[in-house]
Amino acid sequence: MPLDFYLNVAAGGLLTGLVYGLAALGLSVIFGVVRIVNFAHGELMVIGMYAAVLAAGSLGIDPLLAAPVVAALLFAVGYGLQRGLINRFIDRPDHMQFILLVGVAMVIVNGLLIAFGPDSQSAQVPYAFDAIEIGPLLLDTTKVYAGVGALAVAALLFLFFRLSLTGKAIRACSDNQLGARVVGLNVERLYALTFGLGAATAGIAGCLMTLLVDVRPQLAPEYTLLSFIIVIVGGLGSMGGALLGGVLIGISEAMAGFLILPSMKSMFSYGLLILVLLLRPQGLLGKRP
Amino acid sequence: MAKDAGTNGPTGLGPMGSGLTRRDFGKATLAVGAAAAVFGNAPAFAQDKVLKVGVLLPRSGFLAQPGQACQRGADIAQTLLPQLGFPIEILGADTESNPDVARSRTEKLIQDGAQVIVGAFDSGQTTAAAQVCEQRGVPLVVNIASAPQLTEQGYRTIFRNFPTSSALVGNGLALMKDLFAATGKTPKSAVFLHANDTFGQANKAALDKLFPTLSMPFAAPEAISYDPKAQDLAVEVAKARATGAELVIVTTRANDAIMIVREMVKQRFEPMAVVSPGSPGMYDEQFYKVLGKYSDYCITNLPWYDPKSALAQQVGKTFKEKFPSDRYEGYAFNIGFTFEAILVAADAFKRAGTGDPAVLLDALRQTNLSEKIMFGGPIQFDEKGQNNAIASACVQNFKLRPTVVLPKASAEADPVFPMPGWQKRA
Repeated sequence: MPLDFYLNVAAGGLLTGLVYGLAALGLSVIFGVVRIVNFAHGELMVIGMYAAVLAAGSLGIDPLLAAPVVAALLFAVGYGLQRGLINRFIDRPDHMQFILLVGVAMVIVNGLLIAFGPDSQSAQVPYAFDAIEIGPLLLDTTKVYAGVGALAVAALLFLFFRLSLTGKAIRACSDNQLGARVVGLNVERLYALTFGLGAATAGIAGCLMTLLVDVRPQLAPEYTLLSFIIVIVGGLGSMGGALLGGVLIGISEAMAGFLILPSMKSMFSYGLLILVLLLRPQGLLGKRP
Repeated sequence: MAKDAGTNGPTGLGPMGSGLTRRDFGKATLAVGAAAAVFGNAPAFAQDKVLKVGVLLPRSGFLAQPGQACQRGADIAQTLLPQLGFPIEILGADTESNPDVARSRTEKLIQDGAQVIVGAFDSGQTTAAAQVCEQRGVPLVVNIASAPQLTEQGYRTIFRNFPTSSALVGNGLALMKDLFAATGKTPKSAVFLHANDTFGQANKAALDKLFPTLSMPFAAPEAISYDPKAQDLAVEVAKARATGAELVIVTTRANDAIMIVREMVKQRFEPMAVVSPGSPGMYDEQFYKVLGKYSDYCITNLPWYDPKSALAQQVGKTFKEKFPSDRYEGYAFNIGFTFEAILVAADAFKRAGTGDPAVLLDALRQTNLSEKIMFGGPIQFDEKGQNNAIASACVQNFKLRPTVVLPKASAEADPVFPMPGWQKRA
């Protein structure tokens, strides 16, 4: 078989994997700072997808252009959720936090079912059938836009945490919560900002994903699970690890589907997860506890 | 306080104490119980004026689109059949595209008084419903479901007015040969894309079994299966493209048919044709709406409605009245078979004069309906409950409309094969 077939499939997997990685990045940021495992992460992403579909269907706005507005909306949702609800559970046992967020997830999924029904909905874009030719590669335009968008948002997030004062303060909270309080940082507010940022990232990932797949409420738990797999493979709390995990999952699913059997492709993400848990439990770029 | 023997009992209809002792009441209860045990529910059914039809369809979930199309057939039946002298009352239920839900909804329909079940579009869900109907002794008239095992496992209560996978695929492959002969062009290789569910697997099994017997002009196609709930079929189409096949054979439904064609356009995969040997998807309204010009020239070899039939015309007229903004052709297949299934039940009820399941089952076995919608001979069922007289037509999309191109006698246009390339379409 010519090499370009393999390259095209791998490139498609890479671009999809970048969007997966961005979604998982939001989960990783929240865990890295707030130390809360967000079981409602896929649900936040699906809210972003529905917002993008509504913007495209009702106002004719491209999901890429709707992404900043959706991010602001999801930031407000995440900020409010952390400030109003989750901050009260910060010092409670892990299982109470888990159940709280599972409850939030259930409320969101059922709310979406009531609001939009169980059927798939999509955002129609004028470039839905286009492809970009680069040498031997023939790249799906929607995947290129989604993948590049994911990479850009991830880069902005890296820069925010590295260069901005707020980003540095959030990192200080993550490194030493007591020390951050001692130097006068408002830890609860920074936690809420972090959760808001994680939710906004999930919202943008949802907008980008709308270019690739149709949305229905039942996707939410699937994306939560996928995000968990990615951050565990990449390393919980590691931003670079989340992106790397997403890309690995995207490429391995695509190549496994191409080389073996498409209907078996999703089992390869779980295979990769088991392998990483056995050989490197902290994840590929995670720090040993 | 002393008991007043002359006061009314709990029903208020008369005095409890006048001549009716507790012992008498107990005897009467026993007698009624024994009568009920001996005669079952027959006395109640004997007075039925209207047949209660439980219509079980996937109206939501990943099969919602064809399920909703079938539902329109039920809506039209509810309007039209009483006017034609078939009194029916439809009780609807949604399977949510899930066999487990189909099972529980069938139970619920029967509990709610359904005397016959019609459904359930998908083989997996129909299998679940068939198990319940068999246990409860209630007739099941299948509208659309092709898995052979439905009528091969000895069930007494199932009647299918739809071809089996073998018949569907056999007729579909035979029409492919007719297409090659009519156009003078023959592909040298093929690939088969199918959903990895009951329907897809049944079609694959039928294709594997029939292919060696049909002297097709190409070798047995490589099969590529995919998750029926998949959100992205890029890898599957890339794999199909890599085989270098000149013909793409598919077993799909609307969502996956859309994803496959969309990916073929993006990946510039240009086979001679995309042909389905009898699956839905490429003639569904959603397919035309989403794909536009790319939906044209796709071919489906399947049972189709006879536009010259008086009943088909009446159904088409009622469709226009009920759904003025939609096109009949995009829904005709699902509407036709769903309407006919309800008609089969209503006709049996009319002849039986009762909704008693045992009598209704006998009447269903004697069905002989020549006034119908779809191509083929009169509706009759063999000893397994299968109607074997359903014919297929080769239907090709032209200008976003499914058009009969074969057999020649019924053709509305000439077939176009090979199809024009994706990028060459205006």
